[in-house]
Formats: sequence, C-alpha cells, structure tokens
Amino acid sequence: MNEVRIITGNEAAALAVKLARPGVIAAYPITPQTSLAEKLSEYVERGDLKAEYVRVESEHSSLTVCISASAVGARVFTATSSNGLLYMHEQLHWAAGSRLPVVMCCVNRGVGAPWSIFNDQQDSFSQRDTGWIQIYCRNNQEILDTIIQAYRIAEEVYLPVMVCYDGFILSHTMMPVEIPDTEMVEKFLPPYRPHTILSPDNPKTINPVFFPTRRKNSEGILCDGYMEMRYKLQAAFEKSREVIKTASKEWAELSGRNHGGMIWEYMTEDAELILTGMGSIATEATLAADVLRAEGIRAGVVGIRAYRPFPKEEVVQAFRKATAIAIFEKCISYGYEGGVCSDLKAAFYGTDIKAPIHDYIAGLGGRDVKTGEIVDAARATLETVRAGETDNKTVWLNCHTGR
Amino acid sequence: MKDTDTNISGVCTPAVGEAGKTGEWRDARPVIDSTKCIPEVKGKPACFLCWLYCPDGVVSMTIPVEINMDYCKGCGICAEECPANAIKMVREADIDE
Repeated sequence: MNEVRIITGNEAAALAVKLARPGVIAAYPITPQTSLAEKLSEYVERGDLKAEYVRVESEHSSLTVCISASAVGARVFTATSSNGLLYMHEQLHWAAGSRLPVVMCCVNRGVGAPWSIFNDQQDSFSQRDTGWIQIYCRNNQEILDTIIQAYRIAEEVYLPVMVCYDGFILSHTMMPVEIPDTEMVEKFLPPYRPHTILSPDNPKTINPVFFPTRRKNSEGILCDGYMEMRYKLQAAFEKSREVIKTASKEWAELSGRNHGGMIWEYMTEDAELILTGMGSIATEATLAADVLRAEGIRAGVVGIRAYRPFPKEEVVQAFRKATAIAIFEKCISYGYEGGVCSDLKAAFYGTDIKAPIHDYIAGLGGRDVKTGEIVDAARATLETVRAGETDNKTVWLNCHTGR
Repeated sequence: MKDTDTNISGVCTPAVGEAGKTGEWRDARPVIDSTKCIPEVKGKPACFLCWLYCPDGVVSMTIPVEINMDYCKGCGICAEECPANAIKMVREADIDE
C-alpha cells in the first residue's frame, strides 16, 4: 500500500523529483523561487537524494547547468517561476534545440510589470514557442504523477518538458497525495540514455555554427543544416503526442491514477455548453459545471493538459457537440486574445464545430476566481448563443475597468 | 518508439576541415619574407610568435614557417605580431596565381 500524505504542490513535486533520481539539480534559490527548490536541497543535504545540487546566481545559469549536465549524460531538474522563467528564455531555446531531456517545474505566477508574486499563467505561456513540451496540472497528485511521466516522455522523444502548476493555488495548498514506491517508479522510468554524450574519450563539439545550407563534414559526408535540425525538433513534437498518451496510460496501469493524456474531460458526453482552461481553473470549472447541471444546463469541462504539443485531434473530438464554448484562461497574447482560445479556433477551422467562443481572461496576478463567477460567465455565454448571437468575444472577468 | 536517429542535435567532431575550407573567406593573405623571418635567418627553432598567435592554428612551427592557405582566414594577426616585420598582408586580388 502506497503512503498517502497531506502535502503542498511544491512538496509533491519535490517528492516526484526525488523518485525520478536526477543526478544534477540546479536552482536559483531566491525570489521568484519556491519551496520546491528548498525541499530538494533538504533531501540532498540529508542524503536522501544522491544528486549534485548546484546553487547558481541566476535562472539563466541554472538552466545552463542543467543543459551542460544533461549533455554529459545526467538526468537533471530545475524549477522556477514568473520572471525567473523569463530570464531563462534564451536557454530554453538552447535546451530544446540541443534535444536535451531537461525536466523543469514552472510554478505559474504573474510577471512584472507591475510586480506580482501571485498566480497566473503568463510566465509559461510566454515561453510557448521555445520548443518545450508544456503540461499543466490540476491538483497536487497530478503534479507528482506528471513529473514522473515527464522524465519518461522527455527521454523518449528527447524534448525538454515543463511541468506547470498554479502558484499558491496548488504550490502552497495542502492536499492528500499518494506517494508511489521506488519500485513502481523504477519499473515505469528506465535509466536515462543520452543520444549524444560529450566526453573527452570521444571529443565532439555540440552546437557549432550552422550555415544556411547543409554542410560537408571533414569526411566529405553531407550533414544536416540548421533547417533540418529544426524540422527534426518539430517532428519530435508530432511524435510526442503518442508518447504523452502512452506514458499517461502506462502510469495509470501501475498506479491506478489516470489524469488524461493530452486532455481530460468532465461530463462532456452530452454537453451543449463546454467550459475549458488549463490547470486549476479548469478544475474549478468542474464545480461550475455541477452548478449549471443542477440548473438544467448540460455543461461539461475539457481540461487542456498538454498545451504544447497542442491536442488538436482530441479537442475536435471533445468539442464536437458543443453549441457554446467558454474559455477561462490566466494569460493573454497582448494585442489579440488568450492563447488557448486562438489554438482552439485554429484546431476547429474546417471542422463542423461552429460554436461561438467566449474567451474569459481571468485571475491575472492572483485575482480570485470564484466558482460563482465562472458559473455566471458560462451561463451568460450560453444565453447569448441561445439568443442567436454568433460573435466570438474576449471578456476580462471580474476586472473593474472596461468589459 | 525509441528514437534511433542519433543525429538530432548539432554536433561535429574536431577535425581538419570540419567547418569547410575556411580559407575561402580570405581577402588578404600573409606572405613571409624569408630574409627577415627569425627562424630562417638564424637557422634554428626560435620566435614562432606567428604560430603562437594564429587563432586558427594554421601556422607551422617549422623552418621555413608555412601557412596553410586552405584554412587561413587572412586575419593578419601573424603580420601584426611578427617582431621582424617579416609578414606582409597582400590583397588576394593583387596576387598573380
């Protein structure tokens, strides 16, 4: 029988990392870092986790340490939040372009300016196009299970994985979490096998300058150019969809817990009104759906678990019966709309899904989003659609300026 | 499902010519005057500051000193550093092949 403990999301994450046995952990220890890095340093200091713990002077360096350690064959981990993640931006591209299976946690928090230390998802959303797989968790158990899955996914397709979970709402809130035993994790997660190891025994240069054309090496063999390497990165993402689903399924067989592969669904089978989002706000939407169901409205929820790669096929299947769609998202692409909204519209293009979409920008900088507010917003969406209005729109929820 | 393509990150092996014939970039080449070059004048291994300073390692530590024009980019550092002023940079366009 596995142990069940009441712990914060950060501790759940730390326990998962310990179970995955990374060889190197690098983290910047001060704001915006969270207690996750603190927990890990405690494990290493106590000798519970045999890993090199590297304290660095910046997030840019923490990811650089992970990239270097990964390139010499170590399983690695780092964690950050908000502006710390933004500071990693350049290295995020280097990790992905080098195809190193780095796993990191992003404890989702708002970014400056103005300063915020509270929850939204603008930090990881802003890193969407860096070539990292992004998975959003909805509770502390899912954080633990997803980190273990993340290593399996990362090391199978050689892509870095960012496990995202809402700051404070999950990171600092306690929930019962079942801790798997070491044997179960070992069975699920084979040892890391690097695709390229930098070693003095077999000298190589990683990431030299690539020119616009393909190049001949010293033996006269025509090698991939920049564009070919970048194509392979995209191809790995296409392949990762199946790997994410398989990891989720196989972990469910071992642990009895299935959080969904690319997406999860709640009462969508007959739903006319579908609420959707990423992370804890989608969990809250399930409570809103219960309230709406009690009112006689056939409401359901789709949670976007994997944001990159985007679950294009799964959402078309899940939303096919919807007549109205209400998205709740804690980030926005300034000058346009929420990212989930744009991606859903793109996935629906050319399909039979013609339901109007209302994009609710909610909870920025930790602004509380109450279940009742989600209920009212979703109900308003359905009523406008029933009244024959077909326009899509973006609404800032619970914001005291503008509509 | 395991990826069998090992060539998925930009990797090269340290070898002569791995980055192509970089000498193709050159617009001026170093020409050594053997009547001034210290090892040649003295007839013994001495000086070799051109060998030491060459950022591309294309200068030989031999008598006479030789420069590999396949890879010399024509930066002119050897000419700058030569204490005997034995090396002149000559524009490629002015060289009769």
